[in-house]
Amino acid sequence: MTLLAVERIKLFSTRSPWWCAALALVITTGIAALIAANTSAEFPLTVGLTQAFYSFGMYVVLVMAALAVTTEYRFGTIKATFLAVPNRVSALVAKTAVVAVMAGLIGEAVAFGQWGISKLIKPNADIAINSAVEWRNVAGVGLVFLVGSILALAVGILVRHTAAAVSILLVWALIVEQLIGIIPKIGEKIQRWMPFVNGNHFLTAGGPELQPDPIKYPFGAWGSLGYFAAVSVGLLIVALVVAKRRDA
Amino acid sequence: MIEAIGLTKRYGRTVAVDNLSFTVEPGRVTGFLGPNGAGKSTTMRMILGLDRPTAGRVLIDGKPYTGLHRPLRTVGALLDAKWVHPNRSARAHLKWLAKSNGLPARRVDEVLETVGLTGVAGKRAGGYSLGMSQRLGIAAALLGDPQVLLFDEPVNGLDPEGILWIRNFMQGLAKEGRTVLVSSHLLSEMALTASDLVVIGKGKLISQSTTQEFVDRSSESAVKVRSPQLGQVAPLLVHKGFTVRDNGDSSLSVTGATSDQIGDIVAAHGLVLHELSPQRGSLEEAFMQLTGDAVEYHAEIGK
Amino acid sequence: MIEAVRLKKHYGRTIAVDDLSFTVCPGRVTGFLGPNGAGKSTTMRMILGLDRPNGGDVLIDGQHYASLKHPLRKVGALLDAKWVHPNRSAHSHLKWLARSNGLPTSRIGDVLEMVGLTAVAGKRAGGFSLGMSQRLGVAGALLGDPEILLFDEPVNGLDPEGILWIRQLMHRLADEGRTVFVSSHLLSEMSQTAQDLIVIGRGKLIAQTTTEQFIHDATEDRVRVRSPQADRLRELLAARATVIEDAVDHALVVHGLSAAEIGEMAAEQGVVLHELSPQRGSLEEAFMQLTSEAVDYHAHS
Repeated sequence: MTLLAVERIKLFSTRSPWWCAALALVITTGIAALIAANTSAEFPLTVGLTQAFYSFGMYVVLVMAALAVTTEYRFGTIKATFLAVPNRVSALVAKTAVVAVMAGLIGEAVAFGQWGISKLIKPNADIAINSAVEWRNVAGVGLVFLVGSILALAVGILVRHTAAAVSILLVWALIVEQLIGIIPKIGEKIQRWMPFVNGNHFLTAGGPELQPDPIKYPFGAWGSLGYFAAVSVGLLIVALVVAKRRDA
Repeated sequence: MIEAIGLTKRYGRTVAVDNLSFTVEPGRVTGFLGPNGAGKSTTMRMILGLDRPTAGRVLIDGKPYTGLHRPLRTVGALLDAKWVHPNRSARAHLKWLAKSNGLPARRVDEVLETVGLTGVAGKRAGGYSLGMSQRLGIAAALLGDPQVLLFDEPVNGLDPEGILWIRNFMQGLAKEGRTVLVSSHLLSEMALTASDLVVIGKGKLISQSTTQEFVDRSSESAVKVRSPQLGQVAPLLVHKGFTVRDNGDSSLSVTGATSDQIGDIVAAHGLVLHELSPQRGSLEEAFMQLTGDAVEYHAEIGK
Repeated sequence: MIEAVRLKKHYGRTIAVDDLSFTVCPGRVTGFLGPNGAGKSTTMRMILGLDRPNGGDVLIDGQHYASLKHPLRKVGALLDAKWVHPNRSAHSHLKWLARSNGLPTSRIGDVLEMVGLTAVAGKRAGGFSLGMSQRLGVAGALLGDPEILLFDEPVNGLDPEGILWIRQLMHRLADEGRTVFVSSHLLSEMSQTAQDLIVIGRGKLIAQTTTEQFIHDATEDRVRVRSPQADRLRELLAARATVIEDAVDHALVVHGLSAAEIGEMAAEQGVVLHELSPQRGSLEEAFMQLTSEAVDYHAHS
């Protein structure tokens, strides 16, 4: 508990988490508002549509999570941290826990923010959250942010440099995972194992498809989330082992 | 020679430098001392034309810095060793500086050799240790073979060998007849380096004198006396009206007399001396006494 | 107490610390000296468990740093004043440190007061001058009221008052029976601060001794003599010792005779003395003498 409190003090004694949270909210609710405003009878607003651009918020949160650890390396505070808490694994796990919870909360705020602003703009649209599928599509965003932030922290711990960590994460999530499907024949077979693709599948599985999805997922909705989480936690374990072994 | 005449600098309502006048003579190393916030950096920046005085002026060999035709050939300065682009090599940094003041390219290699950076001249400056950056800064200051040199905390980041090197180096520059002004907080170091001192506090001149005078003026000088016949020596000195204190380690501390006087008295009575050493106060003691109320900022540990 | 036993560290093929053993005792200020690249920082980092030795061991009161339950209550360290997030306030920085080692929040106000930062406690550390950062670093080191203190270049960026303050602070901490280990390049400062010295060069131990002994062993004592009968005195002394004349005030500097011996000679021969001062070598001279082969890096003047 002490270590969680320590990391909470650290996270909230700088302004960057607030800026990231605000930025994630503004971008996603802004896009949701634009989409809602442009829906019509032929192109109706659905629950799925309100969440269509949650990933923009996720990218911001990935950056925030990576920064939470790379700035410690950048400013040398990681050494102060390891002096105060020589058990590096506990210190970094505590940091991951705090950042992941923060990411989850931002995710929920993003999800319900998108849904809320859509409802506000189109009060008559049928976007009541009724089914389990719809609940997963909205409330699940927080879980995806949470798991994604664990992966981002792991990358941050491994590479230690802000620019490198952020580039790796964004290039991976935005470009590699999307474009890998283009490779003839084997592209799809690789793409179905990509972590963020699976995170997205968790949210959208079973809902109305906005466009036909060519990927044959190996898991169902919760299985996909489990797979995404397994990859993230696996990478975190690797990162923790590396951090424990190397010189601070 | 550097002359400051009625130099004043205000930032809004804060007076950083207040009607400051002093002269820095050639052929000597002059220390520039003052507590934090005394206005030393501002003064140095005004000497170099980086900041514009609100009033008064500062002249280098009779001209303001901005009026110098080839400034690097007249004045060399090391203010902050980090004023180098991190991706530029030491040689490239010096090359553009040389070019800007019409100095020959071979001068670059000469100064690199002087400061001992020849081996790493092609490496990017961002990877240098603080000590190496400091040496690069010194190389840049020397580039134009200037008559006037300004150094701000030159030993910063240097190791003991580097510190000894730069002390001898600055004294060497002064011996060649150059004007050397060094600002530093390290008084024990300055006591070894500077023969003259300009001391400021809260932007005002506190003292301009030789280091010796500065120390003597503000600290009481005592003479330490040892003798196998201490019991006979002590009453003699007391009788002469000097203040004599027993140090408890079979030595006496005598105030109010010079060592010459004491030596004469002891010899006149045919007594033996084992020690007769004038005890000088430290520069630090003198400095603390004179700047006591000019310090902006106090730590509370004494309480 | 800090004990290093056959400590070793190499980075690739570069050997930073080589079979280094020493002990730092409580109740004294121990200076840690060495040229650049001698391995001082690496050693300090190994003491604190930040770097892992390739061989040997370093223990704090018999324990590894990493196995201390509340390390900040045992060891306070100031290695680099810049190890603070620039957007975090001094108070917040100390708050998470205190929390991590179960220290009461009231301690934060105490140490801020001690280092004189109370007025700026709420300001962001990124705006601090080097001297203020240094004071914040000292506050962090003192936070857990530790028995053992490590300082790396503590006077860095401090003004004369700050330098005097930190020297007195270190003396006081040692007088309270704490172990104080200070690394510095400023020998004139260290000669006033440290009672004991550990000197290393190229990763190896060069000397572990008292400051006084270190200077005594490596430099020659001499005596400065002035007399109104200088020529007579010089003749007397030159017969038994080496005499050099000081160019500035024509005093005689004598090597090879003690002040007492010179005093006896002068009295016997009826020579008046105006000065008879034993001169000790400086820590700098002694250091240069002993480490001259261990310097990595030479300038040419």
